[in-house]
Amino acid sequence: MTESSMLLRGATLIDHTGERQGDVLVADGRVTQVSANIDAAGAEVIDVVGCIIAPGFVDLHTHLREPGMTEAETIETGSRAAALGGYTAVVAMPNTDPTQDSVEVIEFVRRRGIEVGLCDVRPSGSITIGRAGEQLTPFAELAAAGVHVFTDDGSGVQDAGLMRRAMEYGRELDIVLAQHCEVSALTKGAVMHEGECCSHLGLPGWPALAEELMVHRDIELCRLTGARVHLLHLSTARSVELVRRAKADGLPITAEATPHHISLTDERLSTFDTRFKVNPPLRTMADIEAVRAGLVDGTIDAIATDHAPHAGHAKDRPLDEAPPGMIGLETAIAVCRAHLDMSWQHLLGAMSWRPAKIAGLDDRHGRPIAAGEPANLVVLDPDAEWIVDPHKLSSKSSNTPFVNMSLRSRVRHTIFEGTLVVRDGVAQR
Amino acid sequence: MAKHFRSIDEAGRDHVIRLLNLTDHMAEVNRRLHPKVPALRGRTVCNLFFEDSTRTRLSFDLAARRLSADTLTFTAASSSVNKGESLRDTVETLSAMGVDAFVVRHRSSGVPWQIEHWTDAAIVNAGDGWHAHPTQALLDAYTIMQRIGRSTDLDGLEVAIVGDIRHSRVARSTTEVLRLLGARVVHVAPATLLPPHPIAEQIGDLDEVIDRVDVLYMLRMQRERMDSALVPAGVEYVERFALTAERARRLRSDALLMHPGPMNRGVEMLVDPSEVPQSAILDQVTNGISARMAVLFDLLGSGTGLEDQ
Amino acid sequence: MVHRKQVLGPDDVRRAVTRMAHEVIERNRGVDTVVLLGMQRGGVWLAEQLGDEISRIAHEVPVGALDVSLYRDDIGLRPVVPGATSNVPVDVDSATVVLVDDVLFTGRTVRAALDAVADYGRPRSIQLAVLVDRGHRELPIRPDFIGKNLPTSLDESVEVSAEGVVIVEAAGS
Repeated sequence: MTESSMLLRGATLIDHTGERQGDVLVADGRVTQVSANIDAAGAEVIDVVGCIIAPGFVDLHTHLREPGMTEAETIETGSRAAALGGYTAVVAMPNTDPTQDSVEVIEFVRRRGIEVGLCDVRPSGSITIGRAGEQLTPFAELAAAGVHVFTDDGSGVQDAGLMRRAMEYGRELDIVLAQHCEVSALTKGAVMHEGECCSHLGLPGWPALAEELMVHRDIELCRLTGARVHLLHLSTARSVELVRRAKADGLPITAEATPHHISLTDERLSTFDTRFKVNPPLRTMADIEAVRAGLVDGTIDAIATDHAPHAGHAKDRPLDEAPPGMIGLETAIAVCRAHLDMSWQHLLGAMSWRPAKIAGLDDRHGRPIAAGEPANLVVLDPDAEWIVDPHKLSSKSSNTPFVNMSLRSRVRHTIFEGTLVVRDGVAQR
Repeated sequence: MAKHFRSIDEAGRDHVIRLLNLTDHMAEVNRRLHPKVPALRGRTVCNLFFEDSTRTRLSFDLAARRLSADTLTFTAASSSVNKGESLRDTVETLSAMGVDAFVVRHRSSGVPWQIEHWTDAAIVNAGDGWHAHPTQALLDAYTIMQRIGRSTDLDGLEVAIVGDIRHSRVARSTTEVLRLLGARVVHVAPATLLPPHPIAEQIGDLDEVIDRVDVLYMLRMQRERMDSALVPAGVEYVERFALTAERARRLRSDALLMHPGPMNRGVEMLVDPSEVPQSAILDQVTNGISARMAVLFDLLGSGTGLEDQ
Repeated sequence: MVHRKQVLGPDDVRRAVTRMAHEVIERNRGVDTVVLLGMQRGGVWLAEQLGDEISRIAHEVPVGALDVSLYRDDIGLRPVVPGATSNVPVDVDSATVVLVDDVLFTGRTVRAALDAVADYGRPRSIQLAVLVDRGHRELPIRPDFIGKNLPTSLDESVEVSAEGVVIVEAAGS
């Protein structure tokens, strides 16, 4: 690793200001010059002709599993997967063991992320103690420790009264309340989307309504309280429509969708492969099309991976016992490119500067590619073709639903705080 | 040649027809004084029952023995599953003992598909979750054909399946096989016991169809469905959906009464089937042996190829 | 290109069956205990014809069918034929069972048939009638009644029906 300067030569630069050709000079953790044909003696010259340079990706939804479930993933292996996927920042979900509901645990995750040094690991805090849905965590204290996103992800906050208080209390702080929308009374024992496919397969169904009811509830609570609300992993057509209307009403609501909810339908479960069990479940083609449309028209602000590693033996269990979730950091950009009909700038915005703003990371991530800005960048080869081999992915777990799929676009280099943490598709630590 | 027999849909029409023909073959064996043939001598069939079902297990066991196969039985209750051994370890361990076919019963849908990655043995689904019970479907189809005297199809026949369709692997598989043979299947149940998306025509009133159907197929109704509020507590279900003596009298004289067993008397069956002349329920049990012999022989014993002169 | 050579015509088959009927009666000094079992499938029509001849000459004998697909030691080489089930119309205990087949070749079908018959009871004796013996035995099995000895090569196959017997030889072999 080098602290000396590097010159990225010949790429297309895309950020929220637009698209242009140029060279980028990086030194001392910052972008120091951006222009055509930079001549920088002494800098390492990296030829990136044909590539795209963009602000590094920001994942609003990563399960790093540490502390507590390090058999599935660690902050180190998860950070490496993130860097290889082009991410320079990830928001770590709080459903660790112990839960990220205290300053001690938050500090641990943060410190460990810094030690690893492959990307910016930003722990979220849980909304309720132990994610038990009963008592609020100390929002202000956790916010002071750097927490911006609060969520009980893994499950939704079931009690509408409690959620109302969380929003009222949180409104005064500079935080966002992120909801995993699922009314659990409607999803007991559920394994897959409730519809035609589950009726044939004899698997307990997960109605779209379970998500939509909570989306609706939280939109109305947002209207009542004025708190900033982020809706995690939207998966149904009606959820997208509800958010579209809420935004039209001017409510401070944002939303995300995952790569798998824009690419895979519930019919994947017809082979009973536990890799396709996920929460919320894979839905129908009509839902996929609505979620894609939501991303295209901006109703859904961001793409988030919901990277959810599980050890092999956990996924070897029967479908009803196997834990839901799939890994996604290393495949996200390529899957989205294949399934979204949008410009590179729009797509990269959903991967980088828009989630950066939601997570309160827009001081260092998702920045324009300009002199003086922090050098958190991804270099993407848009035409590289590759086949997903779970054993070649860097996550500690291999539960990718995209196994053996042929994808186009791959991260070539990732630059985190001015350092080349991924070079030619290989993590540097 | 099929490697497994896990669902009617997966098997497809040709395979099902072949199995029905073989079932007829096996029925002849079972009518003999010494109903045993050496067809599967040296083969090992392992009953892998993670969920208890004494009847199905005994039926498969007898079927394998009548074909002279060696049988092993593994039941969850008496096994290391309770000591935390995983499904995968169990299958891999038994496979290493030299099993040619696993007969699998599990309370979770899909297990017969999941385990195919851990063994080279043939897999027979003896019931997975709410999903499929294809040997039951086969014996049901065979029983109907035998009783009404058809050998290749069930065109024009109307079959009403009554009861807890939603949670029933029997309903799913039997519906699939009857439809594949040309029968018209109607599901009779309250909406809470129907699948979220219809898999056959649905009717909410048993009295609407009872006088006209060719086959009345009653499903077992588990009392816990009342505890979980899928149907009202008390006698309402019985009044609306059970086979009462009065309803039994309304069956056509040439109709068939069927039930996959075990019966829940006083819940879905308020009559003694032995007093209903239309009952084919014991035929189902008898034919179950033949159907299971057919499936095992098809996977382990027969093959395509040269007709020796 | 396939060569077909007719070696027996319909009249030859009829004459052979008649002669075999006489031999069965003569050998058993009547047919009081005789039951004919045609081997599925090629032997079934022949057993029926043989039965008709015997009842014309002497009196009616029971005729049944025997399927040996569940007994063969070369299982996996021969599919079970739909509808071609066993039908043993009488108790075979103490009976004289005459197994009837169209072609005798390796003898494996007959060996399987001996096992199959044993599952129905204990006959006093079992005899074997074949329309064509084409040789190439792999087991110590010998027919009691033969319509025609027909030396063949292993490349050839033999087709038998009431219309006659045809040797089929694949070209180039």
